[in-house]
Amino acid sequence: MTKVGVVTFPGSLDDVDARRAVRLAGAEPVALWHGDHDLQGVDAIVLPGGFSYGDYLRCGAIARFAPIMTEVVEAANGGLPVLGICNGFQILCESHLLPGALIRNDHRTFVCRDQQLVVENASTAWTSDYAVGQTVTVPLKNGEGGFVADVDTLDRLEGEGQVVVRYAGVNPNGSLRDIAGITNDRGNVVGLMPHPEHAVEELTGPGTEGLGFFTSVLTSLVSR
Amino acid sequence: MPRVIVDVMPKPEILDPQGKAVHGALPRLGFSGITDVRQGKRFELEVDAADEATLAEIAKIAETLLSNPVIEDFAVRVEQ
Repeated sequence: MTKVGVVTFPGSLDDVDARRAVRLAGAEPVALWHGDHDLQGVDAIVLPGGFSYGDYLRCGAIARFAPIMTEVVEAANGGLPVLGICNGFQILCESHLLPGALIRNDHRTFVCRDQQLVVENASTAWTSDYAVGQTVTVPLKNGEGGFVADVDTLDRLEGEGQVVVRYAGVNPNGSLRDIAGITNDRGNVVGLMPHPEHAVEELTGPGTEGLGFFTSVLTSLVSR
Repeated sequence: MPRVIVDVMPKPEILDPQGKAVHGALPRLGFSGITDVRQGKRFELEVDAADEATLAEIAKIAETLLSNPVIEDFAVRVEQ
């Protein structure tokens, strides 16, 4: 069975939900610990949401130097699928696995809402079960979710199709060009601020439209 | 013991919501004449000697951990 690791940092909140999403998608979730240097042979990795190290210094800035991140960065550069959600996205940016950075929301308040997204790249390891142009609704909850990068980087991300999901309806946090999630050149590393792992069951979320992120990685691993 | 100061500021082109909030509060408190506020961070590093090698190392620390070069600039100086 495909094994998907979920890293727990001090201050991670959504690691349990991420593991549940992995299980509902049909894979085996594996709990990974920030202090280890061991990926336990997983086929893909999720960096979950939360407030690692209390968001001290900058969101994700200290988690980036956690022992396990040495292995995560190496594996990501080798092509292993890595998904960063919310704080996980911030960690991926701080690790330079993804370009840009996340800053405080432009309206300065924490936002928590069911957010519409448009899928713009359905060929990444984490979005292949969606269709380009498809609209999905998943929860969004962040205080520092404003995606920023210089104009050249933004132009390159758009030109190369590296914008994975964009905010639809409203831009909830001032992200430049409505960018909600991006991928690297290779399409194996994806980061997004919204929380697909909270939209995997009718009972506990706004629907099940987030499950596709977790089923996609199974599809892409099988076809590899 | 010498103290090295690292100031980290958001780049001019990056939105600074915290600075904006502080700026917005000033007129409400009756302070006028401030045209803009930017908020940054100040780090105080205690060292045995503020020699060239130490300052080079601190510049490296500022670049890799204390600031994120994508959104912030930093300045290193020795406090007398």
